[in-house]
Amino acid sequence: MSEVLVLVDHLDGAVRKPTYELLTIAKRLGEPSAVFIGDGAKASDVVDKVKKYGAEKVYVVDDAQIKGYLVAPKAEALQQLAEKTSASAILIPSTIEGKEIAGRLAIKLGSGLITDAVDVQEGPVTTQSVFAGSYTVTAKVTKGTPIITVKPNSATPEESEGAGTVEEFTAEVSDAAKGAQIVASQPRKASGRPDLNEAAIVVSGGRGTGGDFAPIEEFADALGGAVGASRAAVDSGWIGHAFQVGQTGKTVSPQLYVAAGISGAIQHRAGMQTSKTIVAVNKDEEAPIFELVDFGVVGDLKTVLPAATEAVNQRKG
Amino acid sequence: MNIIVCVKHVPDATADRKFEDDNTVDRVGVDGLLSELDEYAVEQALQLKEKAGDSEVEVTALCVGPEKAVDAVRKALQMGADKGIHVVDDAIAGSDAIGTSLVLAKAVEKAGAESKVDIVLCGMASTDAAMSVVPAMLAERLSWPQVTMASVIESQGDQVRIKRDGDTATEVIGASMPLVLSVTDQSGEARYPSFKGIMAAKKKPLDTWSLSDLGVDAGDVGLSVAWTEVEETTARPPRSQGEIVKDEDGSGATALTEFLASKKFI
Ligand SMILES: Cc1cc2nc3c(=O)[nH]c(=O)nc-3n(C[C@H](O)[C@H](O)[C@H](O)COP(=O)(O)OP(=O)(O)OC[C@H]3O[C@@H](n4cnc5c(N)ncnc54)[C@H](O)[C@@H]3O)c2cc1C
Repeated sequence: MSEVLVLVDHLDGAVRKPTYELLTIAKRLGEPSAVFIGDGAKASDVVDKVKKYGAEKVYVVDDAQIKGYLVAPKAEALQQLAEKTSASAILIPSTIEGKEIAGRLAIKLGSGLITDAVDVQEGPVTTQSVFAGSYTVTAKVTKGTPIITVKPNSATPEESEGAGTVEEFTAEVSDAAKGAQIVASQPRKASGRPDLNEAAIVVSGGRGTGGDFAPIEEFADALGGAVGASRAAVDSGWIGHAFQVGQTGKTVSPQLYVAAGISGAIQHRAGMQTSKTIVAVNKDEEAPIFELVDFGVVGDLKTVLPAATEAVNQRKG
Repeated sequence: MNIIVCVKHVPDATADRKFEDDNTVDRVGVDGLLSELDEYAVEQALQLKEKAGDSEVEVTALCVGPEKAVDAVRKALQMGADKGIHVVDDAIAGSDAIGTSLVLAKAVEKAGAESKVDIVLCGMASTDAAMSVVPAMLAERLSWPQVTMASVIESQGDQVRIKRDGDTATEVIGASMPLVLSVTDQSGEARYPSFKGIMAAKKKPLDTWSLSDLGVDAGDVGLSVAWTEVEETTARPPRSQGEIVKDEDGSGATALTEFLASKKFI
């Protein structure tokens, strides 16, 4: 069977959940090979993790020559690996960086690229959600090695022991790929809440919070969810851009999405419309967000959410 | 300094966007406009020009698209770009990001043959396909560095530094020109064309180029040679509205909690 390369999504060697989803998908398409571009000293821990989800091979690419530069060196490393292994497909996490790597790689390999897949089946045939979630599109790559970027939560990770054979790979990084230097990097501080991309429950606040996110955060904590926001709240400086849901923020598809003080503009909907269950709290009964909800409360979030938080906490005992 | 801003003409996101029978985006039946996310790119180009003292920087708006896509170029000219280039050719229709980036790169090269291009500026994504890959592909094709997803831009001489809101960190990225720069909607509100700007735009140079002007073979672009193929497009059934309750003296919170419990979220 042919190798399917999976770019490992990790933070300083700590493997993130989308990696396991990608490995699970890779198994449907061929033989999963994980590609770890990172600190070689942290590789053994990564290998232990990815082989549990079916990685037959793990290519370890030490990033000493790579990590100081944006995107381009990683694309070169993947190109060289793809050529060496004659990979039959390449799966990459659909992050900002992942999509940029994929874009460069597609040109280098002369291969078609599909981004933001929410499902990938044999073929590979991909499913994407487009036009603010109002259409579903199935597609396939017709030229070269299919390169597919896959959104978080597109598969349920399935454990299955792989051989996890380690192969060190030294990538040749060209000078041209070192043009964009990472001068400084400030890791985002952990909020202590679930990651917005991965959370099963998301509670978002908008302009209607008036700048006080406490009711949003407390309700999210009661439900064990992540906190999100509309762009209006982000633009007002009430919360960081990393929390923005929508067209120019994150696209989430949780089991439950709660929108409080958010009107439901098309650009916000683009980021949450495919959520399983949608709930809104808004004092304007005409707010467009109510068109999408499974349950809506017309009321002031400043009273409704604290009371609901208390009730939820009581039920939990 | 020469800046080229790539501007895409897209179906209005607030209208009812659809697909054609051949599964390409319906670009005729829906009103089109300059992608709002490219307005931020035009804005940053104009700010770079203003900072440098008007006369030293020339801003060119470049658009690849059908006849009526020229409106996107016009809007950029009205906002303050100095000149426009519209690449239009029937053979381009249906191109994917790979084909589009090829045409853009060749257009940048052609423009650069006349006078050196220092920065190609793009929006963070289009508001229709929203792939966010064209800037990286352009950088790859031109063999230029990419400084992408910028929320803050600083330039000095031929050096550019940006703040990039990455996936897990906020980074400062530096590169020297020529380079490809993309900006997010956090980079600063785009200006509206003034009446004066609208009048002035009518007299600004606007070139129309075909594929043969660029030396691109018609067989290398378009739907039939796209490296990806859409099999099916399906409209998602609209969400139906569920129960809406009015909060009176705390009844809203109680009903909400009961709903969440019934769905096993508590
Ligand atoms: C190119 C582009 C990209 C964009 N990208 C995004 C994006 O990624 N994400 C995004 O969210 N937006 C995005 N937007 C902006 C979007 O168009 C809306 O402006 C934005 O979503 C509005 O945010 P909001 O709902 O919080 O504010 P508003 O539209 O002002 O709505 C506030 C709501 O709060 C309600 N309210 C007020 N007080 C209370 C209260 N006490 N209790 C309960 N309800 C209350 C009001 O009734 C109202 O419905 C984008 C726009 C453009 C042009």
